[in-house]
Amino acid sequence: MKEEDRLEERNPMEEFLRMDRMPHIWCPGCGLGTVVASFAAALRKSQVDLNKVAIVSGIGCTGRVAGYVKLDSFHTTHGRPVPFATGLKLANPELKVVVFSGDGDIVGIGGNHFIHAARRNMDILVICVNNFNYAMTGGQVAATTPIQANLSTAPYGNFEYPFNLPYLADACGAIYVARWTSLHLRRVTKSIQEALAKKGFSFIEVITPCVTLYARRNRLGDGLNLLKYYYENSEIQHGADTRTLDIDFQGKIIVGKFIDKEKPTFFECMNTHLKKVLGDKYRPYYGE
Amino acid sequence: MKKVKADPKGVLTGAHYLDGDFAIAEGGLAAGCRFFAGYPITPSTETAERFAERIPYVGGVFIQMEDEIASILALIGASWAGVKSMTVTSGPGFSLMMENIGLACMMEVPLVIANVQRGGPSTGLPTLTGQGDMMQVKWGSHGDYEIIALSPDSPQECFDLTIKAFNLSEMYRVPAFIMTDECVGHMHEKVVIPPAEEIEVVNRKMYEGPKDKYLPYKPDKDHVPFMVKAGDGYRFHTTGLTHDERGYPVINAECQDWCVRHLVDKIRKNAHKIIEYKEDGMDGAEIVVVSYGITSRVAVKAIQDARKAGIKVGSLRLITVWPFPEERIKELAKKIKAFVVPEINLGQIRREVERCAFGQAPAIGVPHCGGWVHNPDDILRAIKEAAK
Repeated sequence: MKEEDRLEERNPMEEFLRMDRMPHIWCPGCGLGTVVASFAAALRKSQVDLNKVAIVSGIGCTGRVAGYVKLDSFHTTHGRPVPFATGLKLANPELKVVVFSGDGDIVGIGGNHFIHAARRNMDILVICVNNFNYAMTGGQVAATTPIQANLSTAPYGNFEYPFNLPYLADACGAIYVARWTSLHLRRVTKSIQEALAKKGFSFIEVITPCVTLYARRNRLGDGLNLLKYYYENSEIQHGADTRTLDIDFQGKIIVGKFIDKEKPTFFECMNTHLKKVLGDKYRPYYGE
Repeated sequence: MKKVKADPKGVLTGAHYLDGDFAIAEGGLAAGCRFFAGYPITPSTETAERFAERIPYVGGVFIQMEDEIASILALIGASWAGVKSMTVTSGPGFSLMMENIGLACMMEVPLVIANVQRGGPSTGLPTLTGQGDMMQVKWGSHGDYEIIALSPDSPQECFDLTIKAFNLSEMYRVPAFIMTDECVGHMHEKVVIPPAEEIEVVNRKMYEGPKDKYLPYKPDKDHVPFMVKAGDGYRFHTTGLTHDERGYPVINAECQDWCVRHLVDKIRKNAHKIIEYKEDGMDGAEIVVVSYGITSRVAVKAIQDARKAGIKVGSLRLITVWPFPEERIKELAKKIKAFVVPEINLGQIRREVERCAFGQAPAIGVPHCGGWVHNPDDILRAIKEAAK
């Protein structure tokens, strides 16, 4: 086959991806590819300097994102991308740092880091892909699993209260909070674009189908069935009170942009405060 | 690797009266450390306090993280941004850092961690001394890897060895540790900080070739790969998974062998360049006291008393505890009657001496569970026993 004929077969997002690592490890029907495509589209539309964007992931299915995206990319340990991103951002404030990880990573094992980064208004964007379970390890119950859903460590159904992630992020001080499903491709892209332009702790939850584990175990069908469920049950309510965003098993999913505000970041607070207190003796760290 | 003079902004030249914890902070600043992330824990907190107070005048970042896990992760992130980074902790905090000390080793990130040791296990003795983490620093994270650990015995050495730790860490792309203890950490003594132009500082080897040809884990002739920093357009990848030269995960036994042997070899094959110890009275010595940190200062008294009693005692004080001066111990074992190893634990380094002596000379321990330093008479008794 001639090279010009091959062009048709190329991935349109090739410039953002590590093509030498394809094929990826995600299952057919998984929503992760869609979210990564949205992320790439948002980068393209934002026209940010790709050399100044860093991506940090933890462990899990979503944890593999950093390995497939052609940016300075860091695949860290379970639950720890947020403090890693904190160090990276503070040491080089010119970088746009994006944490891309799963629900188990961000709000399960890494929950403490998440709330503190939001509290400090650390200037990072956290994209949390929520598939309602620990998928990489074979489908265990998570901090986001709806009550009743059946998983391998909740074999009789889950009876723990799950987190409402937008409420958690909002309560801890995030300046941008949105939730979508992987069906809302263009809206996810737009949200990422908006969040990339913001200064401060931004949070986007994207609900995705886990076909192999969550759906199979709960007899919810395949990827298409789950997208149909999102289509029929998700409701856009921009600005909704984040306290009202709980998700019941196969129940309604309120999506939208809930928080979009301005607040000085950790770095700005540090500089302003120390300058005020120490005057000319203060030697700012960056951009001397 | 680039040797340069210290940046004068961080160097507080002059004679000071400092405790060991403060001296560690000053050593870090003099070495060019501009990022500190930490969590308060007795008896190490003063280092963080000193850094927080000093850094606004130097130009850098201090952040108190939510725990020690977050602290070491922030260090790894900052180091990838090209900034020299450090933290300080003690027993429980050190245990919390262990998983990600492994990450720093796997990602080959230079950074410095000071452990002002206290009595353990668990919460143990928060305010009292110990040397019980000497094996943990070497083996505490899972899997095979190598690190560098130095053990200062005075505030002056806390300053000097923190600079050395940074230099070694940058040279070998590996975490380096200051393994001090509560006594040295809280001991006030004279610390002389030389002028910046007299302090030699090492900066990591930076890759400067074509951007698309960079391989973050391709070992150079000295076994150490070149580094870049985030934001410079290399768009590189790094992971805690077993990886190839590109930093891409490869999950098989062959790559594991290459990857892990590299982590170990870069230190083991350079060990002769890293190891430092101080010897005294080795000529004709029958007994050699092997000690480190605060215990070596207590041992001085015992050694003097033993010599007065006519026993030929030499002293081998470990400055570098890891990598361990295996060859030197092996050599000495052939010549002497016995080693005496006092330490504030139940024989961690004693067993290492015994291993390296290959049965040529016994290693007699003077164990102590912590809470206080040895009574020199206990060490003297062991020397006398060994000399019999």
